[in-house]
Amino acid sequence: MRSARTVLIWTALAAAVGVPLAAAAASPLLVWRGPVYILAGFAGIFALGLVLVQPLLIGGYLPGLSAYRGRRAHHWIGGALVVAVVIHVGGLWITSPPDMMDALLFASPTPFSPWGVIAMWAIFTVATIAALRRRLGLRARTWRIVHVPLAIVIVAGSVVHGMLIEGTMETMSKAALCALVLAATIKLMADLRARRKRA
Amino acid sequence: MTTVILNRRNLLAAGGAVLATGASGLLLPARAEGLAPTPSMPGGANNYRKGAPTVERIGKGGFWMTGTVRRAGDGAPLAGQRVHIWAHTTEGQEHEPQSHGATLTDTNGAFRLEMPQIIPIFGQPHGHLAYDSGEFKTVFLRPVMRSAKDTSLEAHFVLQPA
Repeated sequence: MRSARTVLIWTALAAAVGVPLAAAAASPLLVWRGPVYILAGFAGIFALGLVLVQPLLIGGYLPGLSAYRGRRAHHWIGGALVVAVVIHVGGLWITSPPDMMDALLFASPTPFSPWGVIAMWAIFTVATIAALRRRLGLRARTWRIVHVPLAIVIVAGSVVHGMLIEGTMETMSKAALCALVLAATIKLMADLRARRKRA
Repeated sequence: MTTVILNRRNLLAAGGAVLATGASGLLLPARAEGLAPTPSMPGGANNYRKGAPTVERIGKGGFWMTGTVRRAGDGAPLAGQRVHIWAHTTEGQEHEPQSHGATLTDTNGAFRLEMPQIIPIFGQPHGHLAYDSGEFKTVFLRPVMRSAKDTSLEAHFVLQPA
């Protein structure tokens, strides 16, 4: 019974991240895009998938992973998220420098751009503080006060950014992935609050 | 907490304000008869290339960019004005020379230029247009298509003297 549940959860996670990637790989728009632009787009989709994994790891919702290993994986995936965002923004910069410049300066005509840029800065901020956490001597409680609001900004920013874009992602698989990201985050926030009350 | 005191002075001030708003409301439409110039849109000039050739058609065509050019103030149609058009299409990216072309307005100030199908780029299916001939102030437009499946798009210029 237990192993069936384990298999089910991991398969569902693989599908939640894999199906949107596969559907985007089948997009007719790819024919008219250069390799750098394609890479930049997929780095963005991959990053959204990583944003789903993060709360699942911290909440301990993925069976077979101890709390310690879940936390370690969360750190590494946080680093991967930074790399994915850098490839996303860098690739788009190479594809069309003026459009990327507008986005970064919050002067873009596209409504989704500021959401993505805000989420980007929140990701960079969390990653920087996480890397310096020991040197700064941050206590667990202080760290949580910094990280939790920024995590909410990352999730909300990424979901709105993704949903407003008309690009290679297929609408249904994109909406499903975004809904799962929101659900995982809300569940984690509720559980963290409950745990803190019990403590 | 603020208490509203109704006295003659307040009443006069409020009445005067209402009167002024009403009067300006009556006066403004007369001034609005003067057609306001179109401002450039954010991002409109992105991937602009100066001096695009005037062409019969951009590439193989299949998509129509249409619009009008009028004069600010009286709204008179402007004939023979050059409009520069570019977009990310099935035949090239925005910055590539084959994605650019220009056309002239007819006697009614209208223009239409056939170009390849516009493809969503940077998250929105959109085109770029420029008036950049110098007689009037330069304007860059960036209209967005309602649907990526649309096969036409329109944009309108109201120009003011440079």
